[in-house]
Amino acid sequence: MGLLSKKDAKLVLDPLADNNPITIQVLGICSALAITAELKASLVMAFSVIFVLGVGNVVISLLRNVIPSKIRIIVQLVVVATLVIIVDQVLKAFAYELSKTLSVFVGLIITNCIIMGRFEAFALGNGPWKSFLDGIGNALGYGVILVIIGFFRELLGSGTLLGYAVLGDPIAKTGLYAYGYENNGFMIIPPAALIVVGIIIWVQRSRNPQLIEEA
Amino acid sequence: MLEHLELFFKSIFIDNMVFAVFLGMCSYLAVSKKVSTAVGLGAAVIFVLAVTVPMNWLLDQYVLQPGALAWLGEEFIDYDLSFLSFILFIATIATMVQLVEIVVEKFAPALYNSLGIFLPLIAVNCAILGGSLFMQAREIPSLALAFNYGISSGIGWFLAILAIAAIREKIRYSAVPAPLRGLGITFIITGLMGIGFQSFGGMLTGDNEPPVVEETIVEATDVEAPTTSNELNETRVLEAEETSDAEETIASIN
Repeated sequence: MGLLSKKDAKLVLDPLADNNPITIQVLGICSALAITAELKASLVMAFSVIFVLGVGNVVISLLRNVIPSKIRIIVQLVVVATLVIIVDQVLKAFAYELSKTLSVFVGLIITNCIIMGRFEAFALGNGPWKSFLDGIGNALGYGVILVIIGFFRELLGSGTLLGYAVLGDPIAKTGLYAYGYENNGFMIIPPAALIVVGIIIWVQRSRNPQLIEEA
Repeated sequence: MLEHLELFFKSIFIDNMVFAVFLGMCSYLAVSKKVSTAVGLGAAVIFVLAVTVPMNWLLDQYVLQPGALAWLGEEFIDYDLSFLSFILFIATIATMVQLVEIVVEKFAPALYNSLGIFLPLIAVNCAILGGSLFMQAREIPSLALAFNYGISSGIGWFLAILAIAAIREKIRYSAVPAPLRGLGITFIITGLMGIGFQSFGGMLTGDNEPPVVEETIVEATDVEAPTTSNELNETRVLEAEETSDAEETIASIN
């Protein structure tokens, strides 16, 4: 990380693991779970959030001395909503099929708690460059979890990754299926995402006992 | 009447805000440590959804949809403002929440004391915006149905947070593995409850009644809202009539 000082690098890297927005701060779960049945949708969602949070944090940070604190929530909502409209229109223009799969969940980035949380906790009190790094870091932390969930749900649920059959053909019984392997249809249904997140939290906290909550 | 009942039960059990579409998870996880606070927040969500969904329905119908501005005059008939729906919906929600807070504080101080602290939280609860966006995507056909949809999905959310809060109060005395304590076990329990709620999926499809409402809703989500909705409405009505005709002929044959 020659480009960034140690402190700046920490802003980006911390949210990836020990201060992850989903598993530690419990933010942004709302729109995270419903679209993770496929890896592709997870990736697109992750990139959308990286864009919205990175740019939004910079905008809020530039405006931080102008916004009256009483109406800051509305100002923040307007900034996010504008950025999300841009994402939504781009998706509709260049990836129409995908934007249909994501349906209302693109719009729900507006109320994604990570975004409001970072605006409130960081961008309102720090300069634009730091806010940009913080935004990218937190969005990456969110994206990493989305991609992990999407990877396991698509691999175990449909035996594909990004639409490519990696485990063989379940109907022609090639690859792993020749040895009696079956897809786990359970991973496709929405509640499986919650259980996968639960297991990720379990693994993470077993590796790092400091994160364990008091009973 | 039948379609009201169907939408009511469908939004509470089948399309439950928490278990089927994961809306409002943040506050669901954060405010479910005690039953009493969970009840307060749940009630506030029902209230705000019941106000904002019909408001946004009117907005969608008379401002945002393609051709919705026709009431202004002939020359506005080609306007399509649906790309503005996110920003207008969230603005309506934020102002309505503020307004509701002021009104409740003035006229019902007791209610304000129990709901008060939760109301500002609600503006950024995804269940609220999600309610409006699903209302738009599913093309709910009338104001009364939109009101019904708001209330019933609020009740679904209320049920979910009440159930998880009760379970979390009990689970405090159990020996949960240390790394799963708190958040981890809550996720897994919610997942199991969600699987339970999946079993409601077949509730409204059986029997001799033609499942008109459900079919139209499924089709509407398949095609997505922001295309030419007038045409869509027509085809939907036609298809609905066809299916009910088919059902009748089958019934008469039987």
